[in-house]
Amino acid sequence: MNALVPLPVLLPLCATGLSLAFGIRLARFQRFISVAVLTAVLALSVILMVAADRQGPLSVHLGDFAPPLGITLVADRLSGLMLTVSSAVTLCVLVYSLGQGMTDRDKETPLAVFHPAYLILVSGVSCTFLAGDLVNLYVGFEIMLVASFVLLTLGGTGPRMRAGSTYVIISLFSSMLFLTAIAMTYAATGTANFAQLATRIADLPLGVQTLIQAMLLTVFAIKAAVFPLAAWLPDSYPTAPAPVTAVFAGLLTKVGVYCMLRTETLLFPGNRLGDLLMAVALASMVIGILGAVAQTDLKRLLSFTLISHIGYMVFGIGLATREAYGGAIVYVAHHITVQTTLFLVAGLIERRGGTTELTRLGGLARAAPMLALLFFVPAMNLAGIPPLSGFIGKLGLMRAGVADGSAWAWVLVAGSAATSLLTLYVVAKVWNLAFWRAAPPGQAATGTVLESGDDSDDDSDAGPDDIPGTGDEGIAPARRPEGRAVAATLHERAVTTTSRLPHPMVAATAATILFALAFTVFADPLTAYTDRAAAELIQRTPYILEVLGR
Amino acid sequence: MIVSASLIATAVVLCAVGGILLLTRPLTRILLGAVILGNGINLLVLASTGRAGAAPLLYGVSLSRVTDPLPQAIALTAIVITLATTAFLLAMAYRSHQITGTDEVHDDLEDRRIVLRAEVLSERAQLRDEFRSGAEPTADERERYREERRRLRDRLRADRARQARGRDASGNLWNDVLGADPEDYAREGDAKADDRYPRDRGADG
Repeated sequence: MNALVPLPVLLPLCATGLSLAFGIRLARFQRFISVAVLTAVLALSVILMVAADRQGPLSVHLGDFAPPLGITLVADRLSGLMLTVSSAVTLCVLVYSLGQGMTDRDKETPLAVFHPAYLILVSGVSCTFLAGDLVNLYVGFEIMLVASFVLLTLGGTGPRMRAGSTYVIISLFSSMLFLTAIAMTYAATGTANFAQLATRIADLPLGVQTLIQAMLLTVFAIKAAVFPLAAWLPDSYPTAPAPVTAVFAGLLTKVGVYCMLRTETLLFPGNRLGDLLMAVALASMVIGILGAVAQTDLKRLLSFTLISHIGYMVFGIGLATREAYGGAIVYVAHHITVQTTLFLVAGLIERRGGTTELTRLGGLARAAPMLALLFFVPAMNLAGIPPLSGFIGKLGLMRAGVADGSAWAWVLVAGSAATSLLTLYVVAKVWNLAFWRAAPPGQAATGTVLESGDDSDDDSDAGPDDIPGTGDEGIAPARRPEGRAVAATLHERAVTTTSRLPHPMVAATAATILFALAFTVFADPLTAYTDRAAAELIQRTPYILEVLGR
Repeated sequence: MIVSASLIATAVVLCAVGGILLLTRPLTRILLGAVILGNGINLLVLASTGRAGAAPLLYGVSLSRVTDPLPQAIALTAIVITLATTAFLLAMAYRSHQITGTDEVHDDLEDRRIVLRAEVLSERAQLRDEFRSGAEPTADERERYREERRRLRDRLRADRARQARGRDASGNLWNDVLGADPEDYAREGDAKADDRYPRDRGADG
């Protein structure tokens, strides 16, 4: 069973080679490889999750080098769950992008690049979830980042280069910081292996311990877009193609949260920086959601809710009790799914209405009831309306906060309740503007090609302007009959508005919604599982014994 | 652990230089900064080896005296990764230059808009206070007040329109190559946006 552990990393990497070798001529073969490999990764993840739950953590020392020297991969309950959720979501997003690419049928669309880069991204994400030492974690991050650079700047248009440069520079800087932290850790302990670090860090002087912890937390907070380090996110995500934004929003930030969870529990038990984490979580929640309230562009708005809801997970990590970790893990799984779904729906809205600017949308509930349903369910889920999974996650975290009972915990509970309400306000605003009200007169008729060119990220006017008479000065979209100009959403930001949305895109979105609903249906097994995972995180011994023992 | 001071000192200098370069605007300078910073941090990683020893070969050296090979492996990995990222940044700088004529990293649009809006609002509030504080305003004064308000509104709109039309090159070769101050850019772009898009001024008349 242990031999299966490296496969979620290896399979996509090998498939990338195949995809690059054959993909340019045989587009169908390329699509087949991507879907087959991601399905295989999903199956493997489920097997690993079940195995890790039954037998405890599984580990592999690559090349059979003993821990400080070799690369260690470990799958425990937490990694198993993260792998399963992430591979299910990436598979859905892949199907969505296939639907989009096939509908747009454009030779310019660099699908030849999209598939390999996407597979490398999946491989990098799996690598970070399975990494058993800091260096391998760093390598996993870098694999993921390099792929994400390519995906974010796909097509190389003006706004994407602008957004991409911010993202690349920030990522580069955080990688440097991470490397410094690794150097410090190695100098202090003589190892980078998690299990060995877990036994050695406690012997270090308190100052050194705190320094290493703070460095690692800063790095992961940049990745996870926790408030004071989140300014890059709303600026860089919304310009990318819809499937790319969806998978980034769902996965990349959660990778940061996962790393926080892993290092805080395994390397630095005792929760010394808990108060700091909680303060940051509160700021993240409140400021993020206030940012979302001010936005009128759907994609930017969703980016801000993303920042805001990262705060919930950090809250759980800051509380550091078994219930809190359990709640945080449920929340991570829920949030990966729901945030991805919402960005996928944003892509569908853009396709139907020609824009994601809410002031120009309207009447979609009548025009596209299916789309309205697709938006409504995940939106309510994000706000945490009872039967849905968002409620389960929030309930778990708040109960942990109340059980903790300290003043800070109560403040955080109040803050998360307020954030929840504001989230409801935000999604209600989107619902009212885009779906419920009558269509504004200037709305594009279906079947037009809107060349939004490079005004895409200027659509987000800063809220209702109280200076009278400031209308919208956007360029009137160049209207051309369909068929003459080719829309290429993966390539540029030109969009064909269609009244019939492509089936694969709708099906993929519906699948992610159903996946999120499954969290509700199987809420009891899920929370039992996350509770066991949290217990395992707090115990630490199964992990350490699995890696070092034997 | 004994660490070579010269290694640390070099690393610190490289990190400082790289950090400063990272804070500049043109992407090519940021690229240089990233390379230098990366090298500085690789030196730090090497410094974590401790005292220098013999080369870590398999045979002919007593194991107690060899250098710890692991940091070298880590540094090697980091070098490869920095190389890849550098190549990507270089491509990005070139592409950015192709599109906009400069390789400058632009401000967050929303930040600029918020700043401008705050300026305009405070200026307008000041105007209103002045207008109301006086006695019964004459027709002339009222006209001037309206004129001022219109000017402010135009400024806000011109900025928005300019942003909506893409951040094209200023046309000044010197600025484009060397990277002008954003304020210079804004001023030149302003003049250009106005004469290229007269519709903006007419529309709100």
